[in-house]
Amino acid sequence: MLSWKIINIDFMRWRKVGLVLSTLINLAAIGSLATQGLNLSIEFTGGTVVELAYETPPALEDIRSRLASSDFGAGVVQNFGGPENVLVRLPPVEAVGGAEAASKDVGARMQKLLPEAEIRRVEFVGPQVGEELAEEGVIAALIAMGGILLYVMLRFTLKFSLGSITATVHDVLVIMGFFSLTRLEFDLNALAAVLAIMGYSLNDTIVILDRIRENFRTMRKADPVGVVNVSLNQTLARTINTSLVTLLAVLALLFFGGEMIHSFALALTIGIVVGVYSSIYIASAMVLALGATREELLPIQKEGAALDDRP
Amino acid sequence: MIQNQYPLWRYLAVVAVLIVGTLYALPNLYGFDPALQVTARRSAPVDEALEARLEKALTGAGIEAKGVETADDRLLFRFGSDDDRTRAMPLLQKELDPLQYLVALNLAPGTPAWLRAIGGKPMYMGLDLRGGVHFLMQVDTEAVRKQSEERFVTELRASLREQKIRFRTVSPDPAGGIRVNFLNAESRAAGLAAVENDYPDLVATESADNDTLLLLQPKPEFVSEARKTAIKQNLTTLRNRINEFGVAEPVIQQQGDSRIVVQLPGVEDTAEAKKLLGATATLEFRMVDVDGDVQAATAGKVPVGSKLYRQRSGEPVLLQKRVLLTGDSIIDASSGIESQTGEAAVYITLDGKGARSFSRATRELIGKPMAVVFIEQQQGRPVEEVINVATIRDELGKRFQITGLDSTNEAHDLALLLRAGALAAPMEIVEERTVGPSLGQANIDSGLRACIIGFIAVAVFMALYYRSFGLIANLALALNVVLLVALLSMVQATLTLPGIAGILLTVGMAVDANVLINERIREELRRGMSPQASIHAGYDRAFGTILDSNLTTLIAGIVLFSFGSGPVKGFAVTLSLGIATSMFTAIVGTRAVVNLVYGGRRLTRLSV
Repeated sequence: MLSWKIINIDFMRWRKVGLVLSTLINLAAIGSLATQGLNLSIEFTGGTVVELAYETPPALEDIRSRLASSDFGAGVVQNFGGPENVLVRLPPVEAVGGAEAASKDVGARMQKLLPEAEIRRVEFVGPQVGEELAEEGVIAALIAMGGILLYVMLRFTLKFSLGSITATVHDVLVIMGFFSLTRLEFDLNALAAVLAIMGYSLNDTIVILDRIRENFRTMRKADPVGVVNVSLNQTLARTINTSLVTLLAVLALLFFGGEMIHSFALALTIGIVVGVYSSIYIASAMVLALGATREELLPIQKEGAALDDRP
Repeated sequence: MIQNQYPLWRYLAVVAVLIVGTLYALPNLYGFDPALQVTARRSAPVDEALEARLEKALTGAGIEAKGVETADDRLLFRFGSDDDRTRAMPLLQKELDPLQYLVALNLAPGTPAWLRAIGGKPMYMGLDLRGGVHFLMQVDTEAVRKQSEERFVTELRASLREQKIRFRTVSPDPAGGIRVNFLNAESRAAGLAAVENDYPDLVATESADNDTLLLLQPKPEFVSEARKTAIKQNLTTLRNRINEFGVAEPVIQQQGDSRIVVQLPGVEDTAEAKKLLGATATLEFRMVDVDGDVQAATAGKVPVGSKLYRQRSGEPVLLQKRVLLTGDSIIDASSGIESQTGEAAVYITLDGKGARSFSRATRELIGKPMAVVFIEQQQGRPVEEVINVATIRDELGKRFQITGLDSTNEAHDLALLLRAGALAAPMEIVEERTVGPSLGQANIDSGLRACIIGFIAVAVFMALYYRSFGLIANLALALNVVLLVALLSMVQATLTLPGIAGILLTVGMAVDANVLINERIREELRRGMSPQASIHAGYDRAFGTILDSNLTTLIAGIVLFSFGSGPVKGFAVTLSLGIATSMFTAIVGTRAVVNLVYGGRRLTRLSV
């Protein structure tokens, strides 16, 4: 049997470091989001996207100049996937009746403008629809968080619930911050990935919290920090394995899934990795910080002194 | 105590689920055949004669159809290759009268007959995997409101006149509502009473500063009812139009309050589709106002009760405001060539009610000129044109013809639009996505590849790390995927690229349950428990944790499902269903195997 020696890593010793690190990362994320914002796809902003495939890699400048002089106007032209694939992005049209005109035969007109290209996909989103989608996305994220808060509160305690919410928010911030900093396109799929991570990261957190609760009940002599450490060590194997396995699956998607699903897979990857970290250092640390020992769980000797040394 | 043994029925249940799952997942292995669907319009016959005729046409050109199927109103021809189908299409189109039959591209699943008999179907592929067009259309609710106000205005005028209540003007207020200016305060009082009596949908308020003015507003319930009806009518009209287009398996649904989503799989020519969907055209028949002064009208003085129109030639003409017949009464329209003049003509058939009122009206107007007004919505505004002015020779009844169109093409289009009906409210396309078929196939390929690689990676890891229990977990994993595919096929949920990603994510997460169980078993063993007891304790203790953690992901999945649309919904579906199946296979499934392998025996060691 492949056995782990009883390991006893004192995770909680580093919790202050962890907290500082996380705060810094989150601040960076918030900062980037507030200043640069996200590179939102047309699904949120409205606009037109055309994906072109060429036999031989085309000169992007040539495409750009042709676009600018046509009635499409200037647009963003970039490679997408390989050098033979090109993505053209045109800004949203606000004018009255503009939506109808803008969507008129984009595919056909584009084909005439660029006869050597194969038009693989055309997407047009009216500005109004895009705005609504963005709103709905935020609402969905909030609802998901609310649901999670409620559920954990019911199964565990309020303090545990707050701990898990903090971890979840942290994960979301890191993912969004990453997209903001790298200016990678954040599309509807990426948002779906964020929502999925919210649920998934909680997976980890709950397993650990569950063990913490079990140990609080059974370990009568240990102090809270000790209990948490033991719980973390006991679940370490499981935490790492599960995350590793899911990561394997998601990495397959990232490398082999093609361009269209790329941002989705990336968001998932980051989410899983950060999720492990947040389950250990954020959720558990929060639980300690909020002094969960005193209440809801079975009474343990009050170790007032041990609890005073929290960040 | 005999631990780790399942009663027989549990094993049988697991096996039953396994069999059912495999059966319903099977259709997905058969792939799709390129096919052509021949749909009959109206009452055109679909019978063996038709089938034979078409088959002969095909074999004549050296194309062998892989198979032919009949349903009530359609024939399906399957082909061995895309090429065959591409060659066959123009042949069939030439052979068939387009007014009677439509030929459309289709992807027919290759499910064998016995499987189909039990309801086996492959998963329904979304547009991003199949290729096709997706439109989101917004109904112009402002226009609906204005239309209903116009109708009220006309009705009010007529009914006030009938009741001999003197009024000066009835006109729609640009800000909304209707303003009625009466002759004096008494008439206003009479008018108020009349409105309250006859028009329960309107709310009337007497203007405070003007004692001859009455302000009318449609009730909010009426407005929202009107909007709902308009959308429903538009849905029906669009469905008819799309049927005319001959697309196989179109999706036409209401989305939200005022939007309609249209999906046309396999369609590549979006221009044609948009023209058909976006167009709103209808006809109106009005009498020419022979007494009115056309010259004065063009200068600005339009007589009451008439309206100025332009003819195709550019000449102005004065028409009465009263509409004798609208497009609503038209039940059929076809195009052709008028025998005497060789002009393009549209032959119109009216419904019973329309025929009666039209003939009654035209009976008294023999010898007088009547105009046909063609109204088209262009960019939100109606464009009205008189296409024909002709003298009524005879009372017009159920069937008649109109000429004055530019070409046979125009006649054909007009007939099509009239057949399919006029849209009750104008619509605008607010979102459009087209995915070419090559991209669709590329997506399927990469999605599948990622899934296979991911699955293998996970399976190898599990086998190496958890040995025999790992192998058992892999079995459960395989069963999980099979069950998930079966569920998706049975439910006919739409599979999209994110959906495939969802399947992969489920594979990763399904393992979690087994990892939990196995780690628990290891722990118990380490604590010194006997192997049998460890197995039992492992499954026992892990269950609560598995439930909790899966449930939270489920919450996220449900939120995604209700918020998302299209591809995201596909992901939410596979994620949520995947959680359910993974819980089953990971817990019940593996337990069954473990019990079979290890149960009821004396064990000294466990390979875990």
